[in-house]
Amino acid sequence: MNRINQVFKNSKDILSIYFTSGFPKLDDTLEIIKELDNSNVQMIEIGLPFSDPLADGPTIQKSSEIALKNGMTTDLLFKQLNGLRAITDIPVVIMGYFNPILQYGFEKFCRRCKNVGIDGLIVPDLPVEIYQKDYIKITEKFGLNMMFLITPQTSNERIYKIDKFSNGFIYMVSSYSVTGAKNSFDEYQIDYFKRINKMKLSNPLLIGFGIGNNNTYKTACKYSSGAIIGSAFIKHIKRNGVKSTKDFISEITE
Amino acid sequence: MENFNINKDGFYGDFGGAFIPEMLQPNIDELQKNYLKITESTDFKKEFNKLLTDYVGRPTPLYFAKRLSNKYKTKIYLKREDLCHTGAHKINNTIGQIILAKKLGKKRIIAETGAGQHGVATATVCALMGIECVVYMGEIDISRQAPNVARMKMLGAKVRSATSGSRTLKDATNEAIRDWIANPIDTHYIIGSVVGPHPYPDMVARFQSVIGYETKKQLLEMEQTDKPTHVIACVGGGSNAAGLFYPFLNDLDVEIVCVEAAGKGVNSGESAATSILGTEGIIHGSKTLLMQTQDGQITEPYSISAGLDYPGIGPMHANLFKSNRGKFISIDDDDAMKWGLMLSQIEGIIPAIETSHAFAVLEKMDFNRDDIIIFNCSGRGDKDLDTYINYFKL
Repeated sequence: MNRINQVFKNSKDILSIYFTSGFPKLDDTLEIIKELDNSNVQMIEIGLPFSDPLADGPTIQKSSEIALKNGMTTDLLFKQLNGLRAITDIPVVIMGYFNPILQYGFEKFCRRCKNVGIDGLIVPDLPVEIYQKDYIKITEKFGLNMMFLITPQTSNERIYKIDKFSNGFIYMVSSYSVTGAKNSFDEYQIDYFKRINKMKLSNPLLIGFGIGNNNTYKTACKYSSGAIIGSAFIKHIKRNGVKSTKDFISEITE
Repeated sequence: MENFNINKDGFYGDFGGAFIPEMLQPNIDELQKNYLKITESTDFKKEFNKLLTDYVGRPTPLYFAKRLSNKYKTKIYLKREDLCHTGAHKINNTIGQIILAKKLGKKRIIAETGAGQHGVATATVCALMGIECVVYMGEIDISRQAPNVARMKMLGAKVRSATSGSRTLKDATNEAIRDWIANPIDTHYIIGSVVGPHPYPDMVARFQSVIGYETKKQLLEMEQTDKPTHVIACVGGGSNAAGLFYPFLNDLDVEIVCVEAAGKGVNSGESAATSILGTEGIIHGSKTLLMQTQDGQITEPYSISAGLDYPGIGPMHANLFKSNRGKFISIDDDDAMKWGLMLSQIEGIIPAIETSHAFAVLEKMDFNRDDIIIFNCSGRGDKDLDTYINYFKL
């Protein structure tokens, strides 16, 4: 069983942390993963930086820009990740926009993911229909899980389709918004979380976008298997350094 | 027979489609399901045609350029899109999209703009319909296109500065898309060119196709044939070209010529010649040719004309290139500027610098005396006076 499926089977209140590889410093990737592993997070999402991150707010835009300026490349990320499985056993996912993956070669990308011990992919601008038609055979060949997003506006019909082709979890985007932390959820968001829960999907749910404190994390855990945090973590390590990762995580989960 | 128009899945050959984040899926679904139903309805056509006539000033003349024809010993016609209200073909599309937005019940319009022409055309139709308008423009473009920023403000639009990335057109487009993600229900995004996710390339091409269809009709009266030998237009994203080419795409007797901006030279590192410098990839939700690094990071193009420095071309044009249906020529800044002056003095028409690029092919291609060549005179040069003044020390 894939590490992602395993973690959902064995844990609850899952905290998954996203960071942009190559930020704040080019070679911070393994250091951050080590810190996250020591802080007892249950899953890690490594961001592959892109020049034009359409679905991201200012924090991740900026971290991507700096990572690229630092010299981050797809090939370098895989080189850094050669040491991945020596330092952690938790599931690790790569989240990246489709164009850099396409330029690298989708199959080559997946092969290298498997070789370094990556468990799955989130590609926000690869629609499920195109994945199903052109790419599913490749991810399956390399044993990679594929996770898709849903939003408050996604139709039920489409959610069932996404559930069918997701393997691991469904990434439940909390609002109409690009990425970025907020302080709380409103009643419409709560209604939406409840509505999706009632659908009895075959994949577990993780809530992401707009989560950055204990309050939003706890609420997310109440209505799903856990939460994904990106922007708030990136802001924290930018201000306080990679070494302060543990402080951030304990503040969220206290 | 090979078809150079869009197929039922939203692709031109290998290019096109809708590679979008899930957050945009409902908006794009709504457009895909409705755009043909609405734009093919009698109601829509009536309103569209009436506004094109009474407000935009269509049909625009097809003008036989006598002195230019004598000089190059062939027959040269200019489709005078520069005479459209607001000074370029851009308004054909914004009129179409604003009526569509109204019929979809949208209350708010967003748009991206580079040089400001599409921003002005969008602000204009929003004023016309009394709809709120927000235009995203790169921080750098705002500072170098002050008159168009002022026009948009006079027309009641809010101009928001895109401060991310390279702070030009591609980033303005990213910001507009992010706004749409945050406002998916009441907002319509008016894209300014034949780019972006399906159905935008097809929808914009259809609105602009009035250029090509009028040309056919006018040519029939003037030359007793509705078939030119060549149709020539500049290509940035490619909307004026798509509009002129549209009725001729599958008519292989008509040669299609796309003129790109070479900037300071194709190999100078400062160029916008996407067909030569670009590779296949995805930009703004569309699979097409774009300028990018080996690693798939999108790079910043350069041209003296702000309307041509987009790092991609529309999927229709990418397919015209790959299939060899279209001939692609790139013209550098100096040649384009020279032709801006030439057209001014030989025909009394000061063209936009984008448009000037197209005319420069007269010295790059050989034409026969009996050829009938249509140039899309896509925009007028008022907006470029500062650039002309600085370049020629006028």
